[in-house]
Amino acid sequence: MKQDLKGKKNLYGLAFSELASIVKDEGLPAFTAKQIADWLYKKEISSISEMTNLSLKVRENLSEKYEFGLTPFTKVDVSSDGTKKYLFTTSNNKFVEAAYIPETERATLCVSTQAGCKMGCLFCMTGKQGFQGHLSTNEILNQFRSIPEFQTISNLVYMGMGEPFDNLDNVLSSLEILTSEWGYAWSPKRITVSSIGIIPSMITFLEKSNCNLAISLHNPFDDERCQLMPIQNVYPIQEVIAEIKRADLGRQQRISFEYIMFDGVNDTDRHVKALVKLLSGLKCRINLIRFHSIPLTPLKGTPEARIVKFRDALTSKGVFTTIRASRGQDIQAACGLLSTKEMGKNNS
Amino acid sequence: MNTWNDLKYKEIIIVDNKNLAKDAYILTFKRIFKFIAGQVVGLGINTLIEPRLYSIASGENDDYVEILYTEKTDGKLTPMLSLLKAGDEILVSSPFGSFTENNDSPILIATGTGIAPFISMLKSGKGRNAILVHGVSSPDYFYYADYLEKQLGDRYIRCCSKSHSNHYFNGRVTQYIQEHQVDPNKKYYLCGVAEMVVDTRDILISKGIPYRNILAEIYF
Repeated sequence: MKQDLKGKKNLYGLAFSELASIVKDEGLPAFTAKQIADWLYKKEISSISEMTNLSLKVRENLSEKYEFGLTPFTKVDVSSDGTKKYLFTTSNNKFVEAAYIPETERATLCVSTQAGCKMGCLFCMTGKQGFQGHLSTNEILNQFRSIPEFQTISNLVYMGMGEPFDNLDNVLSSLEILTSEWGYAWSPKRITVSSIGIIPSMITFLEKSNCNLAISLHNPFDDERCQLMPIQNVYPIQEVIAEIKRADLGRQQRISFEYIMFDGVNDTDRHVKALVKLLSGLKCRINLIRFHSIPLTPLKGTPEARIVKFRDALTSKGVFTTIRASRGQDIQAACGLLSTKEMGKNNS
Repeated sequence: MNTWNDLKYKEIIIVDNKNLAKDAYILTFKRIFKFIAGQVVGLGINTLIEPRLYSIASGENDDYVEILYTEKTDGKLTPMLSLLKAGDEILVSSPFGSFTENNDSPILIATGTGIAPFISMLKSGKGRNAILVHGVSSPDYFYYADYLEKQLGDRYIRCCSKSHSNHYFNGRVTQYIQEHQVDPNKKYYLCGVAEMVVDTRDILISKGIPYRNILAEIYF
């Protein structure tokens, strides 16, 4: 359990079982855990003193040891298309980003799971920060709860900074709070966790969660993918997909593959053919993503016409393929850029 | 191996668990599997603590397998791993991974225990005429230095960031790469923490090395 600077523990981000344990330790009736969970996850308060169905004495006792645990964002960049990028400071004074992406009929929040990342993908800005730490369950959920648009969020994607399956325990705890009846009671259909495919953690995720899974694919060929993504050396995409095919997926659990389009690297007919073969027999979607260049990368984005041709070629072979709309380009909404800039300021 | 769930862990008796430097250890156990130099194994001590992956640091035909690791005080596995002694049992997975090398004259760049796969390659007779650049914070961490000096001579380049000496480059690996010429026709293999891998790769690319000539293994 994370503690704040005063040494107090945060209540926000605790699972029902943890709240029940606290309640027991405090000598309170068991139903108090449900009351606290309601205050934490079903009502819009931000302090223990506002938990008015608990006696004043109970609130005072709790306040001596615990904080409610919300942390405000430290900065927000707003795009001309309405996308907002929020910057949060973590408990170890690192920066993480959350991107709020409003659309006509939905609003998606993209959250981070780690400060920095260990995976070292060639095309990723977050990777250039190195790894600075896992986010706690509190810090993952705080990105969702502490933005002004909290009530308008219809979908959550774990696609921000960090590799969710490298911080599996806290990711699963946050999903439990989001989807449990005692928590936010969200449908798992509204949540997607994106990973590069750390196989043992992915198997655990598929066993324990009905949330959707997105895998960063980016190249179907072993020797080419390992030049883009070092993880391929340990957990090859072919094995990742074989495991997904073997998994007992929830009825409404969706599998998708993220595919950033790199000019001349992964956008040829040869790649179409290999993708079709690799994904055959799997009910899934490929989401093509335009690449927006980052500093010091040798990669360039595929021209628009070829992205469309690539999508059409996959679609004609029976692979459901979409092109993701680019949002927030004027505020560099792709993860890692804002926090890297902020790190630079702090280090200078 | 049919599935990743079949990646069964076997109980193996530890032959040695030697403290090399402050927080660095070398774990030795009898080889009971075939592997390719550069591959990793999962190591665990019981079913309650998640196993972690470690590169093998011994030759393909050696009788014993060596694993280099550092004790992370905030970690779950390594503080317990470091307490194990000869005769204790450890859980070891089958080897896997494809960070393997077959080219002549590769440039091998590592920090800390990231040297392990390169030791394995060299002990297996691979990577003829390799140049090895090894970066550490303290000279105590120049693992296998005697073997490497003998094996590679001048092609063994040591970088030390927190200690000065005429015997090695005084500074980080990234600084060494930045200050020295690189050959765009060679294959570059990087192994270590993400920050070193990413920074070194950026420097190599900025100096004209095609990204396709750079292969990296990351620690996670």
